[in-house]
Amino acid sequence: MATLDVRGISKTFRGTNGLVTVIEQLSMRADAGEFVAIIGPSGSGKSTLFNIIAGLETPDSGAVIIDGADVTGRRGQVAYMPQRDALLPWRSVIENAVLATIVQRGDVTAATREARALLDDFGLTGWGDARPAMLSGGMRQRAALLRTVLWHRPIMLLDEPFGALDALTRAQLQQWLLGLWDRLDRTILLVTHDIDEALLLADRVYALTPRPAQIALEVAVDLPRPRSYAVVADPAFARLKLRLQQVLNVY
Amino acid sequence: MRSEQAQRIAPETAIGRHIGEVQRRLAQAFPPFVLLSAMVAAWELIVWQLALPAWLLPPPSRILTTLLSNLPILGEHVVATLTVTIPGFGLALVTGFALGVLIDASPLLRRAVYPLLVTSQTVPIVAIAPLLVVGFGFGMLPKVLVVALVTFFPIVVNTADGLQAADRDQRRLLEAMGANYWQLLRLLRLPAALPSIFTGIKVAITYSVIGAVLAEWIGASAGLGVYIARSLRAFRTDQVFVAALVTSLLTIVLFALVTLLERWIVSWRDEP
Ligand SMILES: Nc1ncnc2c1ncn2[C@@H]1O[C@H](COP(=O)(O)OP(=O)(O)O)[C@@H](O)[C@H]1O
Ligand SMILES: [Mg+2]
Repeated sequence: MATLDVRGISKTFRGTNGLVTVIEQLSMRADAGEFVAIIGPSGSGKSTLFNIIAGLETPDSGAVIIDGADVTGRRGQVAYMPQRDALLPWRSVIENAVLATIVQRGDVTAATREARALLDDFGLTGWGDARPAMLSGGMRQRAALLRTVLWHRPIMLLDEPFGALDALTRAQLQQWLLGLWDRLDRTILLVTHDIDEALLLADRVYALTPRPAQIALEVAVDLPRPRSYAVVADPAFARLKLRLQQVLNVY
Repeated sequence: MRSEQAQRIAPETAIGRHIGEVQRRLAQAFPPFVLLSAMVAAWELIVWQLALPAWLLPPPSRILTTLLSNLPILGEHVVATLTVTIPGFGLALVTGFALGVLIDASPLLRRAVYPLLVTSQTVPIVAIAPLLVVGFGFGMLPKVLVVALVTFFPIVVNTADGLQAADRDQRRLLEAMGANYWQLLRLLRLPAALPSIFTGIKVAITYSVIGAVLAEWIGASAGLGVYIARSLRAFRTDQVFVAALVTSLLTIVLFALVTLLERWIVSWRDEP
């Protein structure tokens, strides 16, 4: 488990029609073992924020700090599940899952064994040697999550992991992710545009403003755990939802 | 068109899919087959009607009998042509692939080499081939080089282009894992380039046999090119047609082999 500290990040892109400031002076944190949700309008800079934390983009100002060490612009420090699953079509589920181990020259045999052992847990029993094209949307997301878990990093960034799924599959996977997080003891940052999803899963929720992204609101979700869909009926849930809706201007 | 038996096998099973595929292929092959048969029949009729001499235009039936009676000699010529085609194509494959990777790696090299490559394709190979023979003598080498020259270009271009085709998100994912240039190349960009590289190989293989025949025509002791040259001198037009037929059959066989190899290597592409 590890603590993530994002301090005063700004990022401006040079677009086709001039400069676009996507993130401005954004600070946030995730404590060790915490589940943090980030919610914001589409195009507000959530993926850009993750790219900066993952070291794919360097911020114009500010720093990314993990357990006290400045890792700004350094890659391979956090496990990252991009918005699209990015599974390699020529590799099997298992071969995709051990990709980070291959890149980081770890013990691939051990990682393969671990991946096989986790197939049941990830609802992929019997699909380990199948290519991604054979999988359903929900299974693809679970395969991508398996790859993220086997990255073996204490902090995991999940960028709208269930965004493209139908409501039923999404609900199942949310429940399953909660159980997974419980067992894994990792710090998770999850980007979503779904207020219910954020409140169901997270300990804390950051709501972002439209571009340039800043923190519009930070709320602690003190709903009892373990959670299920029953929390939707909790008056505290409704109160938090209303506050987030007001900030995000969605009704 | 579907048979009783095929209908009883559910189309979603593997066998059912296979049968559907075969039926589709047959249906596709049917119109060109009918057209070709009609053209051959018309050719035969016209030759007989106009009583054309065989040295001017032999009828298809004559070409077929010549093919059958010449089979033993043709076998030797085919072997000779293939011993030029295969090494020449192999040379083009290795150097073309290497140059494609280099061009992709260096923008400077790309800018320097690309225009020269394109220009080189405008130089007629019939002019180059005799020069090569003069320079390298009558051995294997000039002929192998001619084949390599005519097949090299599509391989370079399709390798260089294919390497640029990797999906951006997949690339970012590997970069986030900390992948270096070689890891990106091996794990992502080369596999992603394979469909494009095979397109280049398929274009190249269709030029390869013709390139070899051309080279043999200019200077060789055996091969389909030699057979054509001799037949022309003897006014054996029927043999020239036979050589043309054999050349295109060889090309089709090589093309089919490459396609099979592609299916096997790039199998992930055809999956549902
Ligand atoms: N590399 C880039 N160059 C220029 N503009 C970019 C780049 N990456 C993102 N943007 C812009 O930044 C804005 C935020 O994008 P993104 O972070 O993907 O938003 P979100 O994930 O919240 O939907 C968008 O308007 C996008 O066009
Ligand atoms: Mg996004």
